[in-house]
Amino acid sequence: MRSLAGTWSLVRLALRVDRVRLIVWVVAIVGVVVVFAGAIGELYPDEMSRRQLGASVAANPAFGAMLGPLQDPLSVGGLVTWRMSFFQMVLVPLMALQAVTRHTRAEEEAGRLDLVGSTVVGHRAPLTAALIVSIAASLLVGTLVAASLVVQGEAVVGAIALGAVYAGAGVMFAAIAAITAQLTETARGANGVAGAVLGIAFLVRGVADGAGEAGPTWLRWLSPVGWTTEVRPFAGERWWVFAVMAALVVVATGVAYVLVERRDIGSGLLPARLGPPEAAGWLASPFALAWRLQRSTLAWWTLGVFVTGLVYGFVAESVADLIDDVPGAAEMLERLGGAEVLSDAFIAATMGILGLIVAVYAISTLLRARTEEAGVRAEPVLATRVTRTAWLAGHVLVAVAGSVWLMAVGGAGEGLAYGLQIGDLGQAPRLAAAAQAQVPAILVVAGLTIALFGLVPRLVVLAWGALVAFLVLGQLGPALQLDQWALNLSPFTHAPQAPAEPLTATPVLALLAVAVALAGAGFAGFRRRDVGR
Amino acid sequence: MAEPAIEITDLRKSFGATVALDGVDLTVATGEVHGFLGPNGAGKTTTLRILLGLLRADSGRAVLLGGHPWRDVTELHGRLAYVPGDVELWPQLSGGEVIDLLGRLRGGVDAARRAELIERFQLDPTKKGRAYSKGNRQKVALISALASNVELLLLDEPTAGLDPLMEAEFRAVVQEDRERGRTVLLSSHILSEVEALCERVSIIRSGRIVESGTIDELRHLTRTAVTAELDVVPDGLASTPGVHDLVVADHRVEFEVDGDAMAAAMRRLADAGVRSLVSRPPTLEELFLRHYDTGVGGRR
Repeated sequence: MRSLAGTWSLVRLALRVDRVRLIVWVVAIVGVVVVFAGAIGELYPDEMSRRQLGASVAANPAFGAMLGPLQDPLSVGGLVTWRMSFFQMVLVPLMALQAVTRHTRAEEEAGRLDLVGSTVVGHRAPLTAALIVSIAASLLVGTLVAASLVVQGEAVVGAIALGAVYAGAGVMFAAIAAITAQLTETARGANGVAGAVLGIAFLVRGVADGAGEAGPTWLRWLSPVGWTTEVRPFAGERWWVFAVMAALVVVATGVAYVLVERRDIGSGLLPARLGPPEAAGWLASPFALAWRLQRSTLAWWTLGVFVTGLVYGFVAESVADLIDDVPGAAEMLERLGGAEVLSDAFIAATMGILGLIVAVYAISTLLRARTEEAGVRAEPVLATRVTRTAWLAGHVLVAVAGSVWLMAVGGAGEGLAYGLQIGDLGQAPRLAAAAQAQVPAILVVAGLTIALFGLVPRLVVLAWGALVAFLVLGQLGPALQLDQWALNLSPFTHAPQAPAEPLTATPVLALLAVAVALAGAGFAGFRRRDVGR
Repeated sequence: MAEPAIEITDLRKSFGATVALDGVDLTVATGEVHGFLGPNGAGKTTTLRILLGLLRADSGRAVLLGGHPWRDVTELHGRLAYVPGDVELWPQLSGGEVIDLLGRLRGGVDAARRAELIERFQLDPTKKGRAYSKGNRQKVALISALASNVELLLLDEPTAGLDPLMEAEFRAVVQEDRERGRTVLLSSHILSEVEALCERVSIIRSGRIVESGTIDELRHLTRTAVTAELDVVPDGLASTPGVHDLVVADHRVEFEVDGDAMAAAMRRLADAGVRSLVSRPPTLEELFLRHYDTGVGGRR
């Protein structure tokens, strides 16, 4: 196997480069599971309270769409499996796919693979090493999760199944990233395509579970994320589902190796195109440059957010059906203000999710400023008449306007799908407007990113940590019955629950004030500090 | 003479414990091409980045085109163009787009000059940033800088990635610019380039300027190699001030002598009856090696 020569050296190199990053990922995921497993048993101490929880979850389609079904409400393991499912469905796959891209396409794009490739390294070695590192991290997460549940006295079989689900989710998306790393010339592109696959898989599973057991649960089988639900840890484990996952991994890595054989180092399969010999007339300001750099990213985000909105909109209509079977529900609904109230509550919950998604866009757009600086592409621009304030403002403007636009598109998509079903297309503008309620919270996240960039540029990626903390607070805080002050740390706690509740000025103005203060600190810091790596 | 284009006095800058600039003094007269030389890590780029207002000096004074590099950014940057040593382009922008963008941000591109330079440097402006080699990325930055309507060029090792043909083209262009009255601060490692282009040179080592002057003046500061056949080898030649590395073989002597000790050494030789004499003036290489060599292992 000469084509694998040097694999172990590359594995060691990758572990050296990644030692902090992967440890943080693993510890963060396992740590939250351990803490949650310890707390949930006390919050729901007896069978009675757990059955109540199970019933309320079954009655709320928003839970199904976002977390999947609660298959066994009676054991702590079952509760953990359900409530932590966004780890297996989103975070572990993200960890795994980024790790593969980082050690394949990102290295290649930076030209470091040329250096490595000139030594005794086979042409399959870099991909193999990246897969080994990513799979090892996934297996480590799974093993630690299983071990922590066994230690807390949960059923060993269920614990192993849940650990295997986590590991399996990671390994599947490592394999998918192995393919996407061959397709595009940039690491951003490779992560983007793999992330889109994950997003679609997550959405398909959301539709499958959005209407409870009565819904189209067969759709789960179309989505690798859905397969993780089908394993049913603690609820009659179905081990054969892992064979399906393994089949995906074998096929995907096989395809990736075929692609590796067929292309040159540095190139993608999608050909590079030529550009214009002269710049368009409008390309003459720092904002125009930021827009030029970000517009195709925004186009893809627009599509993704619109589709996400459509999916939530289709699910929103079926919410009312769910409650029809409950005796006396019809009268209760009338008292509350009709079926629309229930749908609006669901829509408001999905707006919160859209807000978190668009916050990802805002952070990644603003981090571009740091990438530009560290990649010495900011320097030539700042050596012209462009001031630092104007340069940073260009990126900030794209991030802010893009966030407003994306929330409008997501809300309009949701309103369109919902409106088509209830025969009221006025829902599209109504929900596009309602979605704007999330914008102030997104701007706080953006402000925090700007502050980090201006004051401690090397630590700017902490913005991701803050967003994950807000996500965990929002998703787990209520279930853990955390004090209100802890929940209040997340700006998304304060975002008005539009359209279910009327917009109120106070939280909006308070969030905007925080955002402006953070951004101001960031701008002031950037004006004073040294520019460079 | 008009006020200098660049005047730096006792400039200091540290990055944590690393001292990058340890009291730099540098003057570049308006209209001259000034060579800025020094080993890697000596502080050339740091000096340029302070002049551009990208870094803030810890102490000292820098006057650029009569203004303050940190405060008067917008005004000054409309009058200068900078080519970084490490040119990175935006992967999705074509070379032509980058040339225009940077030129416009400086205040305007001379379209005719732009077309001429693209022709002379044989650049394909339709390629995207990621498709260019190092040399071609450098050409993009150079063309953009040279085609901009500015009075001062700050060039940080601009020819490091260019092939010899393009290097010659670069020299021709800078010569023309000098004739038009542009001021150029040229950081470089290529001695023939410095010799051909620069009126004056400053050598920086470990964050200090160690030599500054015209190339002729600098030559004078260094040693001349002398080989002579003598009737009698005089006693005490080795102990003459300014004479170094004396080798005596029969009637033949070889030594090196400092510029200011030349006259004294020649008198000693004349007294000893010179049969033949070969003296070789110092090359620039020797000059630079002398300054570079001892910098190794020192402070940045």
